[in-house]
Amino acid sequence: MQKDVLLELKSDKILNNLKEGKRADGRKLDEYRKIKIEKDLFHNAEGSAKVFLGNTEVIAGVKFIPGAPYPDSPAEGTISVGTELIPLASPYFESGPPSMDSIELARVVDRGIRESKAVDFKKLCVKEGEVVLIGFVDIYAINYDGNLFDACSIAAISALNQAKIPKIEDGKVVKEEFSGKLKLERKPLLSTFAKIGNALVLDPDLAEETAMQARFSVATTEDNFVSAFQKGISGSLKKDDIDNAIDIAFKAAKEIRKMI
Amino acid sequence: MKKEEKKEYVNKKGLRLDGRKVDETRPIKITAGVLKNAKGSCYLEWGINKVLVSVQGPREVLPKHMANPLKAIVKFTYRMAAFSVPDRKNPRPGRRDIEISKVCGEALEKAILLEKYPNTQIEVWAQVLDSNAGSRVAVLTAASVALADAGIPMKDLVTAVAVGRADGKIIVDLNKEEEDAPDAVDMPIAMMTNSQEIVLLQMDGLFSKKEWEEAYEMSLKALEDVKKHQINALKQQFKEPIETKTTEKKEDNQVFSKSLSKNSPSDETKKEKHSSEKKVVKTEEKEIKSEVQ
Repeated sequence: MQKDVLLELKSDKILNNLKEGKRADGRKLDEYRKIKIEKDLFHNAEGSAKVFLGNTEVIAGVKFIPGAPYPDSPAEGTISVGTELIPLASPYFESGPPSMDSIELARVVDRGIRESKAVDFKKLCVKEGEVVLIGFVDIYAINYDGNLFDACSIAAISALNQAKIPKIEDGKVVKEEFSGKLKLERKPLLSTFAKIGNALVLDPDLAEETAMQARFSVATTEDNFVSAFQKGISGSLKKDDIDNAIDIAFKAAKEIRKMI
Repeated sequence: MKKEEKKEYVNKKGLRLDGRKVDETRPIKITAGVLKNAKGSCYLEWGINKVLVSVQGPREVLPKHMANPLKAIVKFTYRMAAFSVPDRKNPRPGRRDIEISKVCGEALEKAILLEKYPNTQIEVWAQVLDSNAGSRVAVLTAASVALADAGIPMKDLVTAVAVGRADGKIIVDLNKEEEDAPDAVDMPIAMMTNSQEIVLLQMDGLFSKKEWEEAYEMSLKALEDVKKHQINALKQQFKEPIETKTTEKKEDNQVFSKSLSKNSPSDETKKEKHSSEKKVVKTEEKEIKSEVQ
């Protein structure tokens, strides 16, 4: 993705400020920007949420579609996360097929949810071996100011958490009727860090993302497990960075979980 | 539901389903310089995984606007052959292929001295021919050998291995059967081992913090083992005097050439010319070469 030249010029300042432990907006290194979650916004979506992370804004919607199960798990439905980095969210997003950034983002958000077994896929089974429900979580970037990973993760979990499961008859969705609500077994949340110089900062904004050498995301659950890691971009991390990130992530995600 | 027999992933003797110890990798075989049209290349077998990696460049960036005036860019392409998985894979790249290409390329960028080649691109093509869990660490391990084979300067080799868990036990280099365990965790990790800088780290599954630490420690030993194979492959490629090397190389390549049945007699002369053009990483190896020349 193309970067903002003015932000690149700011990178040195961000780096120098962090040497004294200071961030441009006055946050602590392990502090999120202001988070706001709005739920159940759209009539046609089975579940939806809008998340503000500072100036970053994303919208997630859930649709359940009946489909055939995978041959190796005939009694289980599944979920699929997609992200759309549309040009309305940033002058640097382009229309066209999903970019590498968008694919990585979707897969990391998906991994955190899927691998923590947040959704009991057995509950999405309609008829074993024939019909199961596939939950599509589609997330649209509305305004991009850094850290889409965490914004998308919060939006996906919020939307899934209050999603209604449509009623299915003869393998087809009965419109406007629901068989119940999807209950999440866990609420895994991603926490993303930027390594800038020797500092590790939580929830980087766009200027900090422009200055970072490495990115690291960790998904944590309420029962003290980590369910996904993803190191991104070309810099490197040491084991201490990761230990540090895990500890901060557990604390930070706990606070966000209360809001969902 | 069918009742399945419970598998014993690690038995009382501490041995796994395929007879390995918990900290033992599958057999690894690496051969550098196997493709005559590539600037650098590597063929790697890691258990059932078989991968072929080529390196081209540094050369002109296309499309041109992608060029970086300060450093080279790395274009890493990971592709699985249609026949490399139990069910035929659609050869069109999926989301998984694209994500793996991205993280592997980023992992190599940290090691390569990109500043030496501004406005150029270094292309790495990783073709998986056969797979059984751990193909991304296989291609990354092979790619850094191929880059060294191409004479591209690096701070250190990038070495990769997967660690994880099956049936509550932390194990190294999971095979497909272990990766399918009900409680499986898979954590690919790549490192420049000299500085212990982590350049690739992914994980899926449920890990406690203690298990992550145990898995990390276990990966360090495995990475050392894998790195020995990488270094040996490069020594084979560069250490021997050129006359003897061509014949020996032919033997080395036998497994590979059998499978692709392409080793025409003209290969020998081409290979000789090709290898003499290559830059050698270590000075002592340079000396051996210049003696021969």
